[in-house]
Amino acid sequence: MSKVDQVLVPMSGIVTDVRRDTPDVKTFRVNAPEGGKVFEHMPGQCAMLSIPGVGEAMFSITSSPTNKEYMEFSIKKCGCLTDWLHMMETGQEIAIRGPYGNGFPVETELKGKNLLFIAGGIGIAPLRSVINYVIDNRENYGTVDIVYGARSAEDLVDLEEMKETWMKIDGIQVHLTIDRAQEGWDGNVAFVPTYVKELNFSTDKTVLVCGPPIMIKFVLSALQELGFATTQVYTTMELKMKCGVGKCGRCNIGDKYVCKDGPVFRYDQLGELPAEY
Amino acid sequence: MLKMRLDKLDSLYRIIADSYRLVAPQEKAGQVEFYPWSEGGQVRLDVLQTVKSAKEYFFPQSETLYHAKLTGKKLDIIPEEIEECPTVYFGVRGCDVRSFEILDKVFLSEPADTWYQAKREQSVIVAAACGNPENTCFCGLFGVDAALPGGDVTTWMDGSFLYWNPVTEKGDRLTEVVKELFEGNADSTEAGTGTDKAAEAEKATDTEAEKTADAEQATETAESVVTALISQIHKKLDALPLTGQLSLDGLDGDHLTELFESDKWAELSKACLGCGTCTFVCPTCQCYDIRDYDTGHGIQKFRCWDSCMYSDFTMMAHGNNRTTQLQRFRQRFMHKLVYFPSNNDGEYGCVGCGRCLKKCPVSLNIAKVIKTLGGEKHE
Repeated sequence: MSKVDQVLVPMSGIVTDVRRDTPDVKTFRVNAPEGGKVFEHMPGQCAMLSIPGVGEAMFSITSSPTNKEYMEFSIKKCGCLTDWLHMMETGQEIAIRGPYGNGFPVETELKGKNLLFIAGGIGIAPLRSVINYVIDNRENYGTVDIVYGARSAEDLVDLEEMKETWMKIDGIQVHLTIDRAQEGWDGNVAFVPTYVKELNFSTDKTVLVCGPPIMIKFVLSALQELGFATTQVYTTMELKMKCGVGKCGRCNIGDKYVCKDGPVFRYDQLGELPAEY
Repeated sequence: MLKMRLDKLDSLYRIIADSYRLVAPQEKAGQVEFYPWSEGGQVRLDVLQTVKSAKEYFFPQSETLYHAKLTGKKLDIIPEEIEECPTVYFGVRGCDVRSFEILDKVFLSEPADTWYQAKREQSVIVAAACGNPENTCFCGLFGVDAALPGGDVTTWMDGSFLYWNPVTEKGDRLTEVVKELFEGNADSTEAGTGTDKAAEAEKATDTEAEKTADAEQATETAESVVTALISQIHKKLDALPLTGQLSLDGLDGDHLTELFESDKWAELSKACLGCGTCTFVCPTCQCYDIRDYDTGHGIQKFRCWDSCMYSDFTMMAHGNNRTTQLQRFRQRFMHKLVYFPSNNDGEYGCVGCGRCLKKCPVSLNIAKVIKTLGGEKHE
């Protein structure tokens, strides 16, 4: 199917691989029906996925744009549409439109910086895109630290890639943590904000945070305790969206439309908006 | 400036309807709304305001975007074709003309909404000055001049004549179509531009020169009548109850946080039922939903008007960021009076048409909000 000119009209994509990551998260590989990617994107951008008769929702694109073959979406099962998506098998065609949003400033503000990624649960999905982009353009960035936590070891999304790829790369430190001790886990046990404080990061880093709102809140105060400024911290927001192009009004917060002006905001910019997210 | 006897209005509608779809205020089931005109239709230029504005012709209450069908694992998507339908909107008031310009800022900003754009590009707006503004009108607060309503063609009416002044190229083209009905039309709408054509007239043959001279005389008279009409309307506008009662001082992006945190929202929103009537009659409200309709043979994907006043407007699987009516009420007015101007060089998202004043079942409205929050220092 060729690209249509009308906004809001999706293209077809085909699910070419389904991977179960955790009890409630699956990662779907999506291609154009004729092969290749449906469209190009930048890390942190999103896409609208829909199933006719079921629903349409915005998802972050998990794969890095440096992946030239396909796009991936890590999706947590938590509503009508995601329930349906979790039942899909390979070969299923879905409707997809995008890319939407600004993405992380990988080619500008993040370039040349030491990076600290902090993710909780499914919050790794948008950050994975940036992490793999940074890995594939290693020379453009400084040191990389990744703090990733989940409720339990089973809830860590795509642990295999972290162990097999990320942990083996020079200059990349992966710090895993789970909320409660469990058998067979010899790693750290603590909530993400506590662990961030324990790790006592130096403030020469630019931070990218994504996770449940409550985690983000406490991570931010942990970072401030460590001496980080709000101008050093980025996050990506989640709000109800319908159009993706800043017109339907749903994701409007203050004078910003999260789908168009976001979803990525620097913390000092977010501070200027009404606390309504 | 052209003029036409009012008894020729039906001929005017007829001649417009030959070349365009004509949409004009007409009464159905006791309500005057913009409806497509056909022979015999009674255009109600005597009624100041339609219940809804004509925005529904650019941004329909419900509009199909595409058709989709899932057959096993196979998905077919067929976009809905956008119809070509050049339309003349007749008798649009100044507030509504401005509201289209506000909607343009939303729908035509990048990426342009192709559905809205197609219909907007094919529109010709014949604006009508408000001979009898109503007590709920406060368009002047937003810089709208009800006596000079703009549009592609501006019209005024007195007891005997319709005065017609093309403003844009689209207006000129429409004037070409209807000019035979107007007095002093000379050879073309050139009469409308008056004295600029004097030099050309000199070069013309004697008869043509005489004709042009007549036209100029007619124009001069028409212009002086319209000038008098405008000052009459201005006097009426000055005497309206809301004139001078409202102030927008301090309602801007610079005071966003203070306005958002104002404790006045609690009392202002207390009576709000969340019915959404204000959003549906508002000419600038543009929020929409996108939904699926199962036709039995596939899915029709359509968009429809929605309201930020509704409790599920921002609800998603993981939660809702506006759970109280206070928050939703505040969002609607903050958007029109603070957020929108902050993004649009100070232009407000309200045109003072007064529809929400007339329709709110519990007498809440934007004028009350402005009265409570505006005209104050928020430092």
